[in-house]
Amino acid sequence: MKFKIRCPEDFWAGLMFIAFGVIAIWVSQEYPMGTAMRMGPGYFPIWLGALLIVIGAIVSAISFKVEGPAITPFAWKPMIMLGVAFALFAWGIDHIGFVPSLFGLIVLSAAAGQVFRIKEVLLLSVALIVGAVGVFIYGVELPYPLFWWR
Amino acid sequence: MDFSQLIPNLVLGFSTAVSLMNLWYCFIGVLVGTLVGVLPGIGPVAAVAMLLPLTFNLDAVGAIIMLSGIYYGTQYGGSTTAILVNLPGESASVVTCIDGYEMAKQGRAGPALAIAAIGSFFAGTVGTLIVALVGPPLAEIALKFGAPEYFSLMVMALIAAAVLAHGSLLKTIGMIVLGLLVGIVGTDVNSGMSRFTFGASGLADGLSFAMVAMGLFGFAEILSNLGDKADTASRDVLKKKISGLMPTWQDLKDSAPAILRGTAIGAFFGTLPGGGPTISAFSAYAVEKKVAKDPSRFGKGAIQGVAAPESANNAAVQCAYITTLTLGIPHGATMALMLGALTIQGIAPGPQVMTQRPDLFWGLICSMWIGNAMLVILNLPLVGVWVKLLKVPYRFLFPAIMAFMAIGVYSVNNLDLDVYMAIFFGILGYVFMKLKCEPAPLILAFVLGPLMEENLRRALLISRGDPTVFVTRPISAAFLVATFLLLAFMIVPSIRKKREEAVAEAAVLGKTGCFRRRKVGQKCRAPRGAAFFCMAGAHRAAAATARACDEIT
Repeated sequence: MKFKIRCPEDFWAGLMFIAFGVIAIWVSQEYPMGTAMRMGPGYFPIWLGALLIVIGAIVSAISFKVEGPAITPFAWKPMIMLGVAFALFAWGIDHIGFVPSLFGLIVLSAAAGQVFRIKEVLLLSVALIVGAVGVFIYGVELPYPLFWWR
Repeated sequence: MDFSQLIPNLVLGFSTAVSLMNLWYCFIGVLVGTLVGVLPGIGPVAAVAMLLPLTFNLDAVGAIIMLSGIYYGTQYGGSTTAILVNLPGESASVVTCIDGYEMAKQGRAGPALAIAAIGSFFAGTVGTLIVALVGPPLAEIALKFGAPEYFSLMVMALIAAAVLAHGSLLKTIGMIVLGLLVGIVGTDVNSGMSRFTFGASGLADGLSFAMVAMGLFGFAEILSNLGDKADTASRDVLKKKISGLMPTWQDLKDSAPAILRGTAIGAFFGTLPGGGPTISAFSAYAVEKKVAKDPSRFGKGAIQGVAAPESANNAAVQCAYITTLTLGIPHGATMALMLGALTIQGIAPGPQVMTQRPDLFWGLICSMWIGNAMLVILNLPLVGVWVKLLKVPYRFLFPAIMAFMAIGVYSVNNLDLDVYMAIFFGILGYVFMKLKCEPAPLILAFVLGPLMEENLRRALLISRGDPTVFVTRPISAAFLVATFLLLAFMIVPSIRKKREEAVAEAAVLGKTGCFRRRKVGQKCRAPRGAAFFCMAGAHRAAAATARACDEIT
């Protein structure tokens, strides 16, 4: 008998649960298990991991039986660009200051969209940066350097 | 019930709420809430998470008043765009589109908006009163809870959330278990051991709500908007001038019973863990259609079709505070964030809040009522301003949302690691979307996780490792029986009724023009929704539609 994945969404969802369950148990092995009466730090996560594996297995198993929709394609370009934009901001705020890193974040984010007009984006960045500096740096007094020269 | 305390408590509440600063915070909250509600693309969860840093410098009362304002404000804003543009700003106002937009096309946008506002305000008032009346006695009972009761209560809350969420029950339970695991990350309070930190010292305090919520709801949402849909260019803002806000006497007479029913339904689902404004609005609409003398008028501009769901979603929002404030058990993702905000302010959520910080509890209740009144003023005369805002294209919005989110995540701990984690959760959230796994129950479990482990530990310590303690103590047993019944109710009909659902869903989807057609042809997977409310098909279809619309708004 040949098995066919009828519902890819469920199949991969089940595998994902199993993977997380395995990771949970794998990592928790280092933690003392304890007994039900005196639970160690490993007790709760190991049981949760086991439960997750069981649930994942059932979800995957059902995906061979029940018909379901295919997974729509991933948007790789926005995913990478938005990720880089966030990371740049996180790194930059300490190294190059609040204003330049926010500028980088906004431009990179905008570039992830379908329409990118440079003039619009520059105007938007100026407006947003002025607003953000006003609200967060002077208003709520978050202690971040504005530029790399502080 | 002890009514004698009600008046002095309300006096205390109002004196807290009408202080100049708190009025200001309330105003900012409802203003931002309306804005978020009007603009599609940001939901209340992401909005509350984004604006969390703005509350760091406030006192606890001010912070919670402002965040609450955002939450219930979104319900008003969402309905405005639903009626005028056939574009629900929030998933809870999707159902308002059906008759609201029809009314607007017939030139009756004014009365539709007015009835929505009147219904919301009435429901908000009733909801506030319910919280005031039910809260104190519930907190008193909760004070008697021991560890086993708390554990069972949390199990019930999580299962209820799974049952009421849309999507496959099994997958939702999987998400809950995953959420509990995510909640474990950090230092174990009992042994001092770091768990799941992978050697990163920045994770020793655990993951912050802001990073998980913004990743799963904000970042993932933007990704899906950019990747999966074309830029929503075609927003046909209603060309007709909105003339005459006042509804006629007949309108009021028609909608009064609908508002009452909507409020009751909203209060019911709002109190239930896992329930919320969306399911309430859909149920209220379904009920109106059932009780109407002439159901065929629905979809052609029936005023009851606006009045009932709008009242229901607002009542649900207010009543959501009952369990959150009295038991310390949030009943949804937004409430989990509110509790997170309280924790940041150094207040441990739970029944003791009411006795230790009565100003906070009663101040919040009274400010919600004041906020509702502000919203009526904000939304009716200023409706033109909000409609203009709709013309802002998405390509201007999402970089702004990204900027706010990044600042929001970073400012919680001033750690770059938090932002990197938010990226991780954002991509994870996007994968969840692709695999049709609901992130909302995960957030709830994430919040309850540490509490659950702690109470499980204590319960078994008291009972010397005997797990029967959960069924031998009556209150705990009652919670578990309720949990079991909920599950049993859901599992049985979901097999039997699969076919009927698909048909019903297609019908509803076909009627409301605002959904993508491709949804209709797909297999319908048991959107159980509130089926135990015994309105079978209509409900399930409603929950499915809600899901379809979540993806659009």
